[in-house]
Amino acid sequence: MATATPTIPSAGSIRGSRSFLSRLRDGDEIARLITFVFAASVVLITILLVYELWINSALPRQKFGLHFFVTQVWDPVMDEYGALPFVYGTLVTSAVALLLAVPLGIGAAIFLAELAPPRVSDSLQFFIDLLAAVPSVIYGLLGVFIVVPMMRTVIFPALNKPFGYLPIFKGPSYGVGFFTAGIVLAIMVIPYIISVSREVLLSVPRDQREAALAVGSTRWESTWKVVVPFAKTGIMGSIFLALARALGETMAVTMVIGNTPKIAASLFAPGYSIAAVIANEFTEATGDLYLQSLIALGLVLFLLTFILNGLARLLILVTTQKGSGVSN
Amino acid sequence: MKRPTGALLALLVLGVIAWAAQNPLLINGAGATFPYPIYSKWFDVYHGKNPNIQFNYQSVGSGAGIKQVTEGTVDFGATDGPMNDEQMKAFEDKRKTAILHFPTVLGAAVPTYNVPGVSGSLNFTPEALAGIFLGKITKWNDPAIAGPNKGVNLPANDIVVVHRSDGSGTTYIWTDYLSKVSDEWKSKVSRATSVNWPVGLGGKGNEGVTGLIKQTPNSIGYVELIYAAQNNIPYGAVRNSAGTFVKADLASVSAAASGAAKDMPNDFRVSITNAPGKTAYPISSFTWLLIPAKIDNSGKRDAIKGFLKWMLSDGQGNAEALSYAKLPKEVVQKEETAINNIQ
Repeated sequence: MATATPTIPSAGSIRGSRSFLSRLRDGDEIARLITFVFAASVVLITILLVYELWINSALPRQKFGLHFFVTQVWDPVMDEYGALPFVYGTLVTSAVALLLAVPLGIGAAIFLAELAPPRVSDSLQFFIDLLAAVPSVIYGLLGVFIVVPMMRTVIFPALNKPFGYLPIFKGPSYGVGFFTAGIVLAIMVIPYIISVSREVLLSVPRDQREAALAVGSTRWESTWKVVVPFAKTGIMGSIFLALARALGETMAVTMVIGNTPKIAASLFAPGYSIAAVIANEFTEATGDLYLQSLIALGLVLFLLTFILNGLARLLILVTTQKGSGVSN
Repeated sequence: MKRPTGALLALLVLGVIAWAAQNPLLINGAGATFPYPIYSKWFDVYHGKNPNIQFNYQSVGSGAGIKQVTEGTVDFGATDGPMNDEQMKAFEDKRKTAILHFPTVLGAAVPTYNVPGVSGSLNFTPEALAGIFLGKITKWNDPAIAGPNKGVNLPANDIVVVHRSDGSGTTYIWTDYLSKVSDEWKSKVSRATSVNWPVGLGGKGNEGVTGLIKQTPNSIGYVELIYAAQNNIPYGAVRNSAGTFVKADLASVSAAASGAAKDMPNDFRVSITNAPGKTAYPISSFTWLLIPAKIDNSGKRDAIKGFLKWMLSDGQGNAEALSYAKLPKEVVQKEETAINNIQ
């Protein structure tokens, strides 16, 4: 830090006249180059990752083509592989997780940032950070020993009795399944949503709140109609961070999802996710086509994350434009 | 501050590795996870007796073991299911020599279950097991299950099947057995380290299967015998080809191997599920070391041959303490002559 502070009286005209070498000696150019390499390495790693996934999944691409995405069979003996049940399981569990975690997480963040006394907010933040650091296998165990039996004996009867005519709440329930995985994922991603959203809400300028209060809004009105819309982009960011985590979660999901590559309408049915099947079958995958199909699944997961992220950015773009039109 | 210490540490580690690599002859292997405890014990004891030879074994899974030995990145492999003809050919094409199988110890898969109100050991016929895992027998009080369990009050509840979700040698043994006793299983599902299960939930590892069974009333699954024995998990008896119900233990698993030893092929690639013999437990299997028939490095060749000889004599004594069944005498004799095939 101390060595990197050059003493330049005024940057503009003098800078242009200084030779590349003298700038190099000052360290500016070196710092620029080094940081550029670091930044470029992120892009490079992504490209290499996709490249490796692509060339190592040539066999299933040749054999199945686009059918890979619509085939429901996963049969290592007959060498027939399809991604659909895994894509379905990944999307359903992540959707359930977000449906549960988003309202809870944002509600908690609003309370912590806007309503709670700073001392309470800070000490609670400590626990939230702690939760975010718990290894996922612990959440998986929590799922197996608490959520799974509870699902079978409490949640399933409670939902199946009144809503059993809906396909998504049909039985039987084994305890493991999409819903259970969604709940465990929700518990895992809530800390991320709270933590990031709270930071974003706290960084909303004081003026915004004061202005709202000055024109006669209540505390809640200023929070809900001014502060939250102002922080919307950041809150969306926290949700996408949560989504990314939910899509790629492996250990906790495989422990509670049932590991059955089938597509079922019921949330109580057992399923499978992309990350879980890769973790389960990679080590003992003997045939080339088998191994490459698992790698192709990895590529599909990458693609899925990519598409969802793109959609998310589009959503932010659209809503912020609309939002700024209203609030300004 | 941190960096110099880190660099120093790295140098130190490198130095230690270089020093270690220089002294004893290092022989690398990779493969099956199931025999890892006994292999690491053997390699440790053998290194103690022959300080100039060190075996390094990575338990990366049978599939990865076959792959690595084929590519020549390790000196030997290990697998729970014998290599198929296609894999043998791939090895020969790549390495210009054959691959040899050497059985080391025996393992078994046992049926374990959680049926409310049933505390004793249940008897299973091959037909019942195949029917349950095919999804055709769906109630615990089905005559196929109730028949050989007279006096046990089996409930009319739906059966929940639990299987391994990860690829595993245990699944290979289990599906190999079901393929032998049921034609329908053979044509519909067949045998492999992971298969397309007709019914059921998947648990990761022996502990995952056990956890699911404990959590799910009316469930049935299978686990590795050693895991069941070490964790006191109750398991059932299975009717063998001689018609007697046998519970798996070290003696009944070894009996299955000696029953099958008479028809042992010269390359040792044999399945001993549903083996003949009155006391044989039918869901048993060898686990194998995979060794290239031609090893150019004479030091490594002698070390591997020496280890195999020791493993077949003194090494077998370590097996039972770790709950692995020993090789029967007939197999040991046959293997001792087969060691000479390593050139």
